[in-house]
Amino acid sequence: MLLRVEDLYKRYGKEDVLKGVSFSLDKGETKVIIGPSGTGKSTLLRCINRLTEPDRGRIWLEDTEITSPKVNINRIRSQIGFVFQDFNLFTHLTALDNVRLGLIRVKGMSKKEATERAMAELARVGLADKARAYPAELSGGQQQRVSIARALAMDPKLILFDEPTSALDPELIGEVLAVMEGLARSGMTMLVVTHEMGFARTVADEIIFMERGVIVEQGPPEQLFRSPKHPRTAEFLRRITDLYGGEQ
Amino acid sequence: MSLVFSWDWLPRLSQGLLLTVQLTLLSMAFGGFLGLVLAVLRVYGRGPLYPAYLLASAYIHVFRGTPLLVQVMTFYYALPTVGVRFSPVVAGLLALTLNTAAYQAEYFRGAIQSVRIGQMQAALALGLSRLQAVRYVVLPQALRLVIPPWSNELIYMVKGSAVVYLIGVLELMGQAKNIAARTFRNFEVYIVVALFYLALILVLSLGLRWVERRMRVPGLGVSGRT
Ligand SMILES: Nc1ncnc2c1ncn2[C@@H]1O[C@H](COP(=O)(O)OP(=O)(O)OP(=O)(O)O)[C@@H](O)[C@H]1O
Ligand SMILES: [Mg+2]
Repeated sequence: MLLRVEDLYKRYGKEDVLKGVSFSLDKGETKVIIGPSGTGKSTLLRCINRLTEPDRGRIWLEDTEITSPKVNINRIRSQIGFVFQDFNLFTHLTALDNVRLGLIRVKGMSKKEATERAMAELARVGLADKARAYPAELSGGQQQRVSIARALAMDPKLILFDEPTSALDPELIGEVLAVMEGLARSGMTMLVVTHEMGFARTVADEIIFMERGVIVEQGPPEQLFRSPKHPRTAEFLRRITDLYGGEQ
Repeated sequence: MSLVFSWDWLPRLSQGLLLTVQLTLLSMAFGGFLGLVLAVLRVYGRGPLYPAYLLASAYIHVFRGTPLLVQVMTFYYALPTVGVRFSPVVAGLLALTLNTAAYQAEYFRGAIQSVRIGQMQAALALGLSRLQAVRYVVLPQALRLVIPPWSNELIYMVKGSAVVYLIGVLELMGQAKNIAARTFRNFEVYIVVALFYLALILVLSLGLRWVERRMRVPGLGVSGRT
């Protein structure tokens, strides 16, 4: 087991955002988290690399307990990629430097090594020719691909995606999903929050349906789409397919 | 009334100008460094750093809340009564430095806070420590954003440094005062001095514009402006 989340709780003020979430992820697996807005999906992802501190519950990455106070959290984070909805590329750095920063400052690579590695990752997402461009000079889809390259370069054990295509114009979504699908097929372990049902259906090994801070149901896409056990799941899937399509 | 200028004033005024430049640049540089530390403490001073946050806040409040002139006088006249004595130049430089540090801290703080929060999060998510994230991600952006307000502070300090003539520092204003007293050519001397200040500020402004252009990155802050 690569990632294990056990009974996670998080409260903001008076609002219980996560109310006992447990699931696990095997090496090479891709799981997609779906659920209505405000349900705690982002909070869950951010707890996994402790950008947000959970109140209760435990998380393991392989044999290391991430939630232990003694853990070197910077080291853990360098092993968990995070792709944000709004990319968050470093504005003052070129695409190449965005990918190189972690290699040099976290992994301690030489500049030459880092450049080679970064160029390889940019090539992998189809952007080798944009290495010298600043984020503001790239389209949203290109920016998101650079941010995926930035995550990949660190050799993460796992990548977390928080609605990676939600900020993109419809015609740019495909190029990002294609990169993600390629990653999943190449054996990367991924946890993806998305509303892209087509992607969930064809790429995910399992889908997790969350609502109001709990996991309502999880299972392989076919089962969830064909015969959801829970009426809430059925209703959500019906609404989301109306909204986003996905019957391809 | 006829105007009388004399080339004899030039060596003294040039010396004064040089000292003004030195006082301004040194106080801006030292004050900038101190201001940056204060700003970082103001923004990130939580948890174990909270006492430092309070100290930084108090410092800024005191130095922005009292006149520069009072600070200069205090360093020169009041501190000797408790046994600390400085030469006029050192007392002046110290007061200017500590004063501009407080103002620069506030400019830096504004710039740091205008860097989008996602930048810090992306840096942390990569595995950078908080200090590294500040050093490699937040500050390089904040320092670019701060150039325009910082330019104002520099220009202000060129002129503000004139107050140290009151404790006998012979910078541009101090020299002018002496020459005027000797020659009774007040009007002419101060016209020349005004031109010196104008020229100095012009040169510094052009220099900063050049720096701003060189550091410009597409998509960062005021870059739409040319
Ligand atoms: N930093 C925060 N401070 C206070 N409340 C927060 C914070 N972050 C999230 N919340 C609250 O927690 C709840 C869950 O938010 P979260 O972003 O995890 O939902 P989500 O499932 O990702 O929703 P969406 O699909 O809209 O992205 C929301 O009600 C939100 O207002
Ligand atoms: Mg979210």
